[in-house]
Amino acid sequence: MSSNKKIISTIDGNEAAAYVAYRVNEVCAIYPITPSSTMSELCDEWATKRIKNIWGSVPEVMEMQSEAGAAGTVHGALQTGSLTTTFTSSQGLMLMLPNMYKIAGELTPAVFHVAARSLAAQGLSIFGDHQDVMAARTTGFALLSSASVQEAHDFALIAQVATLKSRIPIVHFFDGFRTSHEVNKLEMLSDEQIKSMVPDELVIAHRGRGLNPDHPFIRGTAQNPDVYFQGRETVNSFYNNMPGIVEEVMNDFSTMTGRKYELFQYTGAADAEQIVIIMGSGGETVVETVEALNAAREKTGVIQVRLYRPFSLDHLIKAIPTSVKSIAILDRTKESGAAGEPMYQDVLATLVEAMQQGKLDHLPKLIGGRYGLSSKEFTPAMVKAVFDELKKDKPKNNFTIGINDDVTFTSLEYDPSYKLDESEWRQGLFFGLGADGTVGANKNTIKIIGENTDLYAQGYFVYDSKKSGARTVSHLRFGPKPIRAPYLITKADFIACHQFNFIEKVQMLEFAKEGATFLINSPYNKDEVWDKLTGQAQKIIIDRKLKVFVIDATTVARETGMSGRINTIMQTCYFALSGVLPREDAIKQIKKAIEKTYFKKGQKVIDQNFKAVDATLANMYEVNYPANSSAADHDLLTVPNKAPEFVKNVTAVMMADHGDELPVSMMPIDGTYPSGTTQWEKRNVSDLVPLWEPDLCIQCGNCAYVCPHSVIRAKFYHKDYLKNAPQDFKSAPINSRGFPETQYSLQVYLEDCTGCNLCVEVCPATDPANRSRKAINLVDKEPILKTEKKNIEFFEDITWNDRSKIDFSTVHGAQFLEPLFEFSGACAGCGETPYLKLLSQLFGDRLLVANATGCSSIYGGNLPTTPWSVNKEGRGPAWSNSLFEDNAEFGLGMRITADKQLNIAKQYLLELKGELGEEFVNEILDAKQILESELAEQQKRVQLLKEKLKTITSSAAIHLLSVADQFVRRSVWLVGGDGWAYDIGYGGLDHALASGRNIKILVLDTEVYSNTGGQMSKSTPTAATAKFAAGGKSGGKKDLAMQAISYGNVYVARVAFGANPQQTLLAMREAEAYDGPAIILAYSHCIAHGYDLKNGLDQQQKAVASGHWPLLRYNPVLRKKNQNPFVLDSARPTISLKDYAYNELRYKVLTITNPESAVELMKHAQDLVNLKWKTYEELATKKASDFVPVG
Amino acid sequence: MLTGNTYLSSDRQVFILNKISFLQKLIKYKNMKIHSTYMGLKLDSPIVVSACTLSEKTDNIVKMEDNGAGAVVLFSLFEEQIRKEEARLKFVMSKTTNSFAEALDYFPDLEDFNVGIDEYLENIRKAKDRVKIPIIGSLNGITNEGWIDYSKLMEQAGADGIEVNIFFIPGEIHMSTAEVEHRYLNIIDNIRQSVKIPVAVKLNPYFSAMGNMSLRMKKAGADALVLFNRFYQPDFDINELVIKTDLYYSESSEIRLPLLWIALLYGKINLSLAATTGVQSAVEVIKYILAGADVVMTASSLYKNGIPYLKTMNKELQDWMYMMGFDDIDSFKGNMSQQKISDPTAYQRANYIKILEGAK
Repeated sequence: MSSNKKIISTIDGNEAAAYVAYRVNEVCAIYPITPSSTMSELCDEWATKRIKNIWGSVPEVMEMQSEAGAAGTVHGALQTGSLTTTFTSSQGLMLMLPNMYKIAGELTPAVFHVAARSLAAQGLSIFGDHQDVMAARTTGFALLSSASVQEAHDFALIAQVATLKSRIPIVHFFDGFRTSHEVNKLEMLSDEQIKSMVPDELVIAHRGRGLNPDHPFIRGTAQNPDVYFQGRETVNSFYNNMPGIVEEVMNDFSTMTGRKYELFQYTGAADAEQIVIIMGSGGETVVETVEALNAAREKTGVIQVRLYRPFSLDHLIKAIPTSVKSIAILDRTKESGAAGEPMYQDVLATLVEAMQQGKLDHLPKLIGGRYGLSSKEFTPAMVKAVFDELKKDKPKNNFTIGINDDVTFTSLEYDPSYKLDESEWRQGLFFGLGADGTVGANKNTIKIIGENTDLYAQGYFVYDSKKSGARTVSHLRFGPKPIRAPYLITKADFIACHQFNFIEKVQMLEFAKEGATFLINSPYNKDEVWDKLTGQAQKIIIDRKLKVFVIDATTVARETGMSGRINTIMQTCYFALSGVLPREDAIKQIKKAIEKTYFKKGQKVIDQNFKAVDATLANMYEVNYPANSSAADHDLLTVPNKAPEFVKNVTAVMMADHGDELPVSMMPIDGTYPSGTTQWEKRNVSDLVPLWEPDLCIQCGNCAYVCPHSVIRAKFYHKDYLKNAPQDFKSAPINSRGFPETQYSLQVYLEDCTGCNLCVEVCPATDPANRSRKAINLVDKEPILKTEKKNIEFFEDITWNDRSKIDFSTVHGAQFLEPLFEFSGACAGCGETPYLKLLSQLFGDRLLVANATGCSSIYGGNLPTTPWSVNKEGRGPAWSNSLFEDNAEFGLGMRITADKQLNIAKQYLLELKGELGEEFVNEILDAKQILESELAEQQKRVQLLKEKLKTITSSAAIHLLSVADQFVRRSVWLVGGDGWAYDIGYGGLDHALASGRNIKILVLDTEVYSNTGGQMSKSTPTAATAKFAAGGKSGGKKDLAMQAISYGNVYVARVAFGANPQQTLLAMREAEAYDGPAIILAYSHCIAHGYDLKNGLDQQQKAVASGHWPLLRYNPVLRKKNQNPFVLDSARPTISLKDYAYNELRYKVLTITNPESAVELMKHAQDLVNLKWKTYEELATKKASDFVPVG
Repeated sequence: MLTGNTYLSSDRQVFILNKISFLQKLIKYKNMKIHSTYMGLKLDSPIVVSACTLSEKTDNIVKMEDNGAGAVVLFSLFEEQIRKEEARLKFVMSKTTNSFAEALDYFPDLEDFNVGIDEYLENIRKAKDRVKIPIIGSLNGITNEGWIDYSKLMEQAGADGIEVNIFFIPGEIHMSTAEVEHRYLNIIDNIRQSVKIPVAVKLNPYFSAMGNMSLRMKKAGADALVLFNRFYQPDFDINELVIKTDLYYSESSEIRLPLLWIALLYGKINLSLAATTGVQSAVEVIKYILAGADVVMTASSLYKNGIPYLKTMNKELQDWMYMMGFDDIDSFKGNMSQQKISDPTAYQRANYIKILEGAK
């Protein structure tokens, strides 16, 4: 029975799927991973709000320590009869595989919802393809694919019913980002509809199969060769029945909703000659293209695969028209070394089998191809190229589409200008900054139009990979029919530039249709703005007869009390100009939406927003432009000529958003990229930058120390250097005594600055005559840019100070060390990166970094440019990322190599004693390498050794040459966040610590999963809120320091650079010098804490002053010397915990949402702090013999 | 009076007479009324807890009632604090939302959060549920909308009255006296228009014509004046060259300015008068009532001595009244006001001269 009452919503794929999953389950065991995290977060949020499932109970939502843990919990909950689900992607699904075999082997109904994503291979990617689900195809789970937001919603229900009926667990998947993050208009299922589809008797049957001591049985036995095989075959009939069951459920669903789905859904000509078989969102593109091609008298078709496992021969054969001559099977995955991709092989096997069974009278030509890895665009033009290929006598097999493979020539050529008829759509492109609210406003626009008019709406949002100054591009489509276009807009009716400086950086008008509207937010008025545009932009505007409008949204926002936020202003412009709705209707709709949004905030806020809307319309002007372009063309590629060839040919292309055009031959074959490429990408994120005042400066080095982006650097040099200095180059006599001819300069790399203000906050020197002037102050960049660029050039030529002559045991001294971690894409004011910079300064030229996946691996290793750099000698940190869960093991492996190769090197060195000279050999072997001068000496010796070895032809010499570098002491650091160290990687971390090997662990502790959006970790403190702890964390924070201390032979430090930079420096140096395992827990203020990070240092001080983060060092060397190894470096708490905590939204939130619980939890948290402090104080006063002896 | 009983011995008579007299006194003491009326609200005691952080906890308010507080003015709702929280929320939202593909936001469902005001209103509701004494909401606003919206919400939440704390330093030197005064009157007028419950105005003493200003405030709709607000007065740290922002409790010596103005205004203006500042014991309470205050507010004495000190102050007030033979508050209220004393000029220049003379 079809329901008349339609609930229309405009949401993304994740919410669409989670909405149903939540309603049909009792337990959700979850763990965050992009792009599926939103599904888990929503379920947690709904549970916190006590929203009920269709049986009237609130599902239990439990965050686990990893996906492996989530799968285990799912398994346990299922085995005891709960309806249980989980959500994951990519590597997360990989961690679930072992349990998935068990769950399927035990015929347990369950649905795992997967936002399908690439697997980490030559590089990690968070974007969408089917590599993860394809890796799960052997587990025995059924694979059900949805291709759109509507389907993600519908199939979540179909999967649940089918699994209960069939007893076969299902992976329900859709394309990561493309579907999971696409916002689209859909028809929602009501609770009644959902309930009517899920038979109670199946739920009860599932419960009945659960473990129960009242009628016990054993499941999960160990089986021998005599019966395992037969046992494995018992499930066959269930798999045989599964396709029929899914088909039946789909039919029932269709009867209920009118939405028809089939296992292999054919669309196209009844007499099609060429067809494509495809799964996932790409199928939507093929469907639309097929319809267009057939309208042009082609005979094409497409089969969208819904149920991929179990793969039903009969259903596939039925779906293929008998007229078909050739078939292309498109896989969104890659199986290196296989005869073909998985679905191609399945279809091939099925058709051959069908031929043999006489169910098929001829075998069409079959070709397989790969497309769309890592969300690579898949467009109608590409689909057409595939159909064109199918018409050939000898179509290419194992082809690729969408890239240029100029190495093995797999790729098909396509004509990018081929487009479907887009005339029914209104398409808009919006270029904004991450922080300017553009995406939020566009999501809102889609909701307004999607839910208040008959129009269909689609939104997709593209972000760059930087966390500060990120650029966003919003793609919005509106039309009278459902929009099935899972690809980006390339011909827009409306283009908006929300940040004026993008004009010079992005060729956004390339995407403008003839006669399109171009809206610019500009500080220049309608008469001035034309001359500020680039030559390219002017030409396109003239050639394509664009209508150009200008508004000074920043001023309008300020004057109408919108706190400088331009989003509502620009949104209003869009409503007024886009023509999606008649202008008056559009304005009415936006006002209606404002009323709805701000209803609770009162009439005043509503009026203020109305005022902003009216002021927008009054301040938006059309620009009349001349018939000819007046400006010169602007060079968008700004990498200087001195950049390395790779940077110019590859990196710069990616930087200019043209990475899609890079051919295979330009790519490194194994994921190896040059270090230190951020220096070539001058992002100019901030308009405000620090300016140094030499007359006030006390040369303390604090600003350089805290700068998260290594933008502030200091050098000292002989005053003669200044003879060639630019006129405005700043310098001051060094303030150390006894160096009358030495000058000091502090240089700000202003194009790399994010304007975070930490340097100003930390500066202790203030002008007594003008209290608002410090020795470093933020000023407008524009007026000083030109001179400072010259100054930077000069500063770069000054040699870095000889590190063996610097006393860098002090913060003051450390500023003179070259940072080999620079200009990362981390957030402005990041609390993690100062530690990494310091690490690179102290040990960078002999440093190996194993970096766990997370924020630090993204700002540390996300293309196009990466921050780990090299010094003039070509030495620098060697960095790699393995996975999230295994970083400690990965780093331990690095240490083992270093130790092993050193032994090999020693063996050969001794073997070559005769040729090399005994004294020289002994010098190398006996070299002390503690002081910087000693390390420098050893580096020289190794250099000499290598030169000598080049002249010796023996095998020993060749071997020794390959490992001789190991004679310089390697510093192996395992870096990652608390998600890694406290949760997913804890087992490995614990093992690495227990190994006793010389590894150093740096935990950048933000007390939350920062990279995936603020989910709770075991480091999250009591009383703080986080995702998965929306009601405030009630449990305690794990004391990883005490756990490590319990081993006795582990150096342990807890540091906070903002509270005591000297202690941080000391701890890092002590840890490195210690010949054994060391762990440093580094307090890292974070955007996920919820405050302006310019106050990060102050909050660090408060964290320490309140006793939340006591500074400590546990040094086993002291224990050996019979001294107390436990040193407390911070004083007894001087402020209460809440004086620290309530400056941060993560704590404050609870006082708003649940004040009583906030009071209770804060009290509990304070008690814990008191208790912890008492314990520490006791430890600090004990005798050496009270601690574990060091062997 | 009882007359002597002739058939009892004189000693016995004296004994009985004394005993009767004691009982009489006890009865009188017990029946002694310290009731007061404050802007139409009937209070069991003239001692009222002024706006302070002690009233953030409902349990404390219950304790205040148990120890004899006449009423409680709740801790102040600072509009700018709410605005600041809202701005912080907006800032965090805007800086962290929709800017990075992996983390489209960092906090669970912030959209629905209402900052500050809800919590305050909940405090009013909870207090009203648990105590019988009047609960007066205290509002420290900065914008017209803030004054109107928040006072309305307080009324809806059940507040018995509103104390508007106009904490405004006219630091903008181009602002004229008339403009400053208009600002005060405008706020009072706006609030008066939007609520029905009584409105008290807590103000500072720095008006050129305090008396006239009081009349105009009455006209604008004030039901009571609370004299006086203590302005935040900064100090400097001369080593760090920074402004010191430490707070200090009021001293009993600070009562003189409010005392002066209450004594001057009493009986001349049909407004309730509340005294605040410098109340450390019943002594200041008595002085203020003698000057003409309907109620006397204190917070610092409770910070120093604890909430049960209210009981001590009430008792000391009663003891003094008993000693002085006053049966109720009205019988001595305003007795030392300018209106009632024999030499009214003592409150003006003459008094000043006398003090100067005395100092010689």
